[in-house]
Amino acid sequence: MPIQLRRLLLLFSVFIIIFIVIRHFLVPDSFGEFGHYRGDALDEIASQEVKFMGNQSCVACHDSIGTLLIEGYHDYLQCEVCHGPGYQHNVNPVTYHLLKPMERTDCAKCHSQNKARAEDGIIQQDIDNHHPERKCIECHNPHQP
Amino acid sequence: MDPRFEHLYEALTKVDGFIYPNEIDLAWSVLIVLYPYITGLVAGAFILASLERVFKVKALKPTYAIALLTSFSFLLVATMPLIFHLGKPLRFFEILTTPHLTSAMAVFGFVYLWYLMVVLLLEIWFDYRHDLVIWSNQGRGMKKWIYKILTLGIKDISTEALSWDQKLGYAVTIIGIPSAFLLHGYVGFIFGSIKANPWWSTTLMPVIFLFSAMVSGIALVMVIFMLVNYIRKEKIDMKCLDTIGKFLLYAIIIDFALEALDQVHRFYVADESFDTIYLLMSGKLYITLIGMQIIVGTVIPLIVLGFMQFYKPKVKIRQWLYFITGILVLVGIFFMRWNVVIGGQLFSKSFNGFTSFKLDLIGAEGFLGAAIWMIVPFLILAFLLWLLPPWKKISEHF
Repeated sequence: MPIQLRRLLLLFSVFIIIFIVIRHFLVPDSFGEFGHYRGDALDEIASQEVKFMGNQSCVACHDSIGTLLIEGYHDYLQCEVCHGPGYQHNVNPVTYHLLKPMERTDCAKCHSQNKARAEDGIIQQDIDNHHPERKCIECHNPHQP
Repeated sequence: MDPRFEHLYEALTKVDGFIYPNEIDLAWSVLIVLYPYITGLVAGAFILASLERVFKVKALKPTYAIALLTSFSFLLVATMPLIFHLGKPLRFFEILTTPHLTSAMAVFGFVYLWYLMVVLLLEIWFDYRHDLVIWSNQGRGMKKWIYKILTLGIKDISTEALSWDQKLGYAVTIIGIPSAFLLHGYVGFIFGSIKANPWWSTTLMPVIFLFSAMVSGIALVMVIFMLVNYIRKEKIDMKCLDTIGKFLLYAIIIDFALEALDQVHRFYVADESFDTIYLLMSGKLYITLIGMQIIVGTVIPLIVLGFMQFYKPKVKIRQWLYFITGILVLVGIFFMRWNVVIGGQLFSKSFNGFTSFKLDLIGAEGFLGAAIWMIVPFLILAFLLWLLPPWKKISEHF
C-alpha cells in the first residue's frame, strides 16, 4: 500500500475517533430513552408552570357560571378560549383580571360567515346585517347563548 | 384597533384570496434560495473539472485546478445559509451527532461530509501533492509551514509515488462524478419529494437541479477563469474559453429541454393545481420566471453561445460576449432557485389564494445577510489561489 494511502487512512481514523469521542460528550445521556429525543425533556416540560388552568379550576369559584355553561350550547368550550389563560388570575384573583370579551367582533371570531367553516357546525351569522346597532351579549348570554 | 388584531391586519395586506394561516409568512426565505444555488455551483464546477480529467477534454486543462478550488471554496460555505436559517444555529451539529436516518434532510450532513472529505479534499490533495512537497522546500516563513502540514509529512516524490498520486486522484474523480450527482440530485430530491406542493413535487426535480447545477458551475468557472487571467494580466487561452462556451451551451440546451418538458407536462396534464400555478407563473413570478430565468438566463445565452458555434467574432468581442453570457447565466440560475423556493410558497395549498414575499435589507435572512454568503466563497477562493496557485504548478496529471 502506498504511503499516501496509509497516511490518509491514519488521518481518517483519527478524525473518526475524534468524532466518536466528541459525540460521546455531546449526546445527552437520556437521548433515545423513549424515542429520537432527550428522555429528560419530558420531565422538564412536565415540571413547567401550567398557564392554562382548565374549567375545573374556574368553576371552583365561579360555580354558578359553570352550571350555566354546561346546560347550553357552549358546554364544550373551555372558559379560557374566550377569557384567555387563567394562571395569573388563579394566583392573584383580586389584582389580576382576565379578558371580558364583549364586542361584536369577539363573537364574530367564531360566528361570522366563512366559507371555510363547516355549515352544520358552529352557527354562522351575517354580522354586518344581524341587528348591527346592538351588542351580541344584549340578547345572547355568552355562557348560555 | 384592538392590539390583538394588529399583526393580523398587517399580515392580511399580503394576502390575495383564501389562504391558510400558516401560509401567510414564508418559512423558507432567501437563505434557502442560496443553499441550492451554492450547492449547484459546487457540483457544476466539479463536473467541469472531471470533464477534463475523466472525459479527457484536454482543451479544458487550464481550468482544471481553478474549477476544483472554486468547487472547494463554495462547498465550505454551502452549509452556512442553512445553519443561519436555523432558529438555533448553535445546535446544528446535532444533525451529525444524533442523525435521524429516516429523514432526507438529515442525510445532507453525510452527503456533504462525504463530498468534502472523500471527494474534493482528496482530489485537490492528490493533484497538488507533488507541488506541495516542492513548495515546502522552497518557501519561507508561515507559508512554508502551511505547505509542510499540507504534505502530511510525506516527502516521497519518486516516480512510483507520483504515479500512485495519479491513479488515486483518478479513482477519486471517478467516485466524485456520481457523488456530485448525489450532492445536487439530493437537493432536487428534497424539493421533488414534498408531495403536498404541486410546484415542487415532480420526479424531474433532481434531474433539473442537476443540469441547472452544471450550467451554473460551468458559467462560474468560465467567469472566474477570465477574471483570474485578467487580474494576472495573462492572455486568455481562447481554445479553452471556446471549449467551456461549447460545453456551457450543451448544458443549457439539456437543462432548458428538461425544464420545458416539466412545464409542458404541467400544461398538458392540467391537474387541479394548474389554474393556480398558471396564475403564479403569469402573475407573481412573471418577472423572475419569464424575464430573469427564461429570457435573461436561458434564451439570450442560448442565442449568443449558439451563434458563436457558427461564427467566431474577434477575440476581444468574444471574450466580452463569454463574460456577459456567464454573468447572465449565473443570474438566471439564481432566479431559477428563487422561483422554485419562493414561488413554491407563494400560493395556498387550497389553490384559492396567494401570499407575497418581500426581501428585507438587513437581518440574517435579509439581502445583506445573504450577500455575505455569496461574497465569502470568493474570499476563500482568493486565499486558495494565493496558497495553491495553479499557474505555479509543476506537476501535471495525464
